[in-house]
Amino acid sequence: MTVPPDPAEQGSPASGSPPHVVSDPSAALSLRGLWKRFDDKIAVAGIDLDVPAGSFFGLVGPNGAGKTTTLSMATGLLRPDFGTAHVLGTDLWAHPDEAKARLGILPDGVRLFDRLTGAQLLTYAGLLRGLDRVTVAERVDELLAAMDLTRDRDTVVVDYSAGMTKKIALASAMIHAPRILVLDEPFEAVDPVSAANIRDILHAYVAGGGTVVVSSHVMDLVQRMCSHVAIIAGGHVLDAGTVEAVRGEQTLEDRFVDLVGGRRETEGLAWLRTSSDSS
Amino acid sequence: MVAHLVRLKLRLLANTLRRSAWQTIGLCVAVLYGLTVVGFLVAMAVVGGRSDPVLTGQVLTVAGAAVVLAWWVVPLFAFGVDATLDPLRFVTFAIPRRRLLAGLAAASAVSVPAAVTLLAALGTAFAWSSDPPALVAAAVGGLAVLALCILGSRAVTSVFAPLLESRRYREVLTVVAIVPLLLIGPAIGWWSGVAEKSVDETGVTVTMTGPGNAVAASVVAAADVVAWTPFGAPWAFAGAVHEGEWGLLAARVVVVAVTLGVLWRVWDRALARALVSPRRAAAGGRVRGLGWFSRLPATPTGAVAARCATYWVRDPRYATSLAMVPLLPIALAMVGVSSGVGAGLLLVVPPLAAFILGFGVSNDIGYDNTAFALHVATGVPGRADRWGRVLPVLVLGVPLVVALSVAAVVAADRWDALPALLGLSFGVLGAALGTSSVVSARMVYPVPRPGESALKTPQGAALATMVAQSAAFGVVLVLTLPTIVLALRGILGPSATTGGVAVVVGLLTAAVALVVGVRWGARVYERRQPELLAQVAAFR
Repeated sequence: MTVPPDPAEQGSPASGSPPHVVSDPSAALSLRGLWKRFDDKIAVAGIDLDVPAGSFFGLVGPNGAGKTTTLSMATGLLRPDFGTAHVLGTDLWAHPDEAKARLGILPDGVRLFDRLTGAQLLTYAGLLRGLDRVTVAERVDELLAAMDLTRDRDTVVVDYSAGMTKKIALASAMIHAPRILVLDEPFEAVDPVSAANIRDILHAYVAGGGTVVVSSHVMDLVQRMCSHVAIIAGGHVLDAGTVEAVRGEQTLEDRFVDLVGGRRETEGLAWLRTSSDSS
Repeated sequence: MVAHLVRLKLRLLANTLRRSAWQTIGLCVAVLYGLTVVGFLVAMAVVGGRSDPVLTGQVLTVAGAAVVLAWWVVPLFAFGVDATLDPLRFVTFAIPRRRLLAGLAAASAVSVPAAVTLLAALGTAFAWSSDPPALVAAAVGGLAVLALCILGSRAVTSVFAPLLESRRYREVLTVVAIVPLLLIGPAIGWWSGVAEKSVDETGVTVTMTGPGNAVAASVVAAADVVAWTPFGAPWAFAGAVHEGEWGLLAARVVVVAVTLGVLWRVWDRALARALVSPRRAAAGGRVRGLGWFSRLPATPTGAVAARCATYWVRDPRYATSLAMVPLLPIALAMVGVSSGVGAGLLLVVPPLAAFILGFGVSNDIGYDNTAFALHVATGVPGRADRWGRVLPVLVLGVPLVVALSVAAVVAADRWDALPALLGLSFGVLGAALGTSSVVSARMVYPVPRPGESALKTPQGAALATMVAQSAAFGVVLVLTLPTIVLALRGILGPSATTGGVAVVVGLLTAAVALVVGVRWGARVYERRQPELLAQVAAFR
């Protein structure tokens, strides 16, 4: 078991990683020198990142870049080997209760308590957050309506479709009106109409002073939706800033491919191109 | 195609072994265990065959028929037993159905259970070593047995596949399946008791002493019938040859051949249907309103309690242990009657039920699986989490234990034993719950995942589970030792005063174990939340 390192002694565990500055207390989310190793694979190798308060922040990267690991460490789900995460100036790993109360989290790839109905699951999340019964009941109704799940409120979540499951998980991340929403792949499997509705909700939330962090594979979506973006690959931040600053003259997708690399000239698979039915 | 699929099966087997050392050890243990059982059976058969090949053949017929039947039926209950080569995975490959079928059949023979069955069938053929033609017939029968087992299990599972795809049906089935499992031991004891009596009454002249021979006597009668069923016929080839009854042999061969043909057709048809009809989602389960969530206090503790109460009923993994409780008295009553101990054995039921309930939450976070992330994300206080998990069991357990104790005392006609029994049961309930609260925050071990059969043991988990459970069991035993000693003296003494003391000590044990256990568990839990989540996430 690792003990969360004291912010004072956050030394760099390997030479060559960028020099640490003190975390930014004005930022919604401020990560410094986060490291995580699973067995023999280093998933996150010294990530420094500031998510400005009131931003709509996109986190993009290829598969296995360390997005989920980073977000897990930034939200209290996974203890980092080294480094700190500050939520609105509060050290998450030193004062988890205080920090977690300000965070709404949609983790990727975890189960839900899926033997509960949709309404029960939302109620559960609300009550765990310490809300009172009346508030919970009101918000459950509104969230179900916003997610277009009112008809399925009494259906057991295990029988939901993938998109519905994503939406109910998203709703339970919002029920306590957090200051920051951290959403890992929130639009995966969600139908276009619901996705548009969710984007509206998130934009309104940001306009009202909230901060949203989303991870995504879809560059186009991030370019249109987000105000800020960070590109990470191989457990490092390659570039971060406002979307305009990061992409420059290019589209975000081109900039991403330039940074990450890995595009190859299509020479192979010649047999696939022939439409002949000879073989 | 046959060679392809067999090679695929071997490759899959090898890859599972590469994944973890524990699985390799698990497989070695399984193989060793299987070989020991087979060796023992073969030795028994050979020894039996020397003294009386006919009787041995008949015993083999009945026992063998049970094996074939098990091959057909068990996959229905423990669904997902061997889905490594699920036919539906080949849908996109445009393989002619005939060839796919042959390939799947051959690949199914490449598995530990199949190997063990074949070895046992061929090995026990040596019971006929004194009669070479019969020996050959038995060996041929052994091959037919394997074919019957594999085709039968495949045909039955693919016929019932549409049903098995329904979550509701699967869940009911796994809960129902524990009934025969729990009653099988007592039932055998009871049956041998009955058989012994009937042998006594009819005055069979065979010299038989003890219940074991009585079983043999009833087996002889059963063998004649079973030999005509598809399950027993291949085992009875040798018997017919030994007697020189060629007509009988031909008839049995026909039974086997027809059965194999029918099974092949059934499997073929079912597969043809399955390959063109994609899996469909069953109608969703619906529950009106908020259930326990609107009845329990609107606090984190109340919410956790409401969630757990809902799960005890709705999740088959919990419901199975709940369903054990009413079955215990039945099983123990059967043992009590057949062994002659009588209804006094029922006094064991209340503390046993208390233990099952209290121990049921000892791996609660393992059962949550990664859904536990919600607790970590919301930062549920340790006390709320621990009490929330304990309270539903307590609220259900206390009246249940009282009711069971009163019922047991009435049945055994031992009203004097009631105080001691209550003290013991409460002590066990409290100690088990308190221990569970600490253990479930400290050790998590793999269990069937949400939605899997409650009877399925995750691969490679057996050893870890055993260590964790026996450690927890030892703690509960030590905690309740004073109560146990006092209660036993109160009941067996019998001594009313000791029984009275047992109540006080039992309640005290329960209260202290609960409070200390929950507090300690809460502290451990708060310290280890992310680590617990990482552990359950690794189960996938």
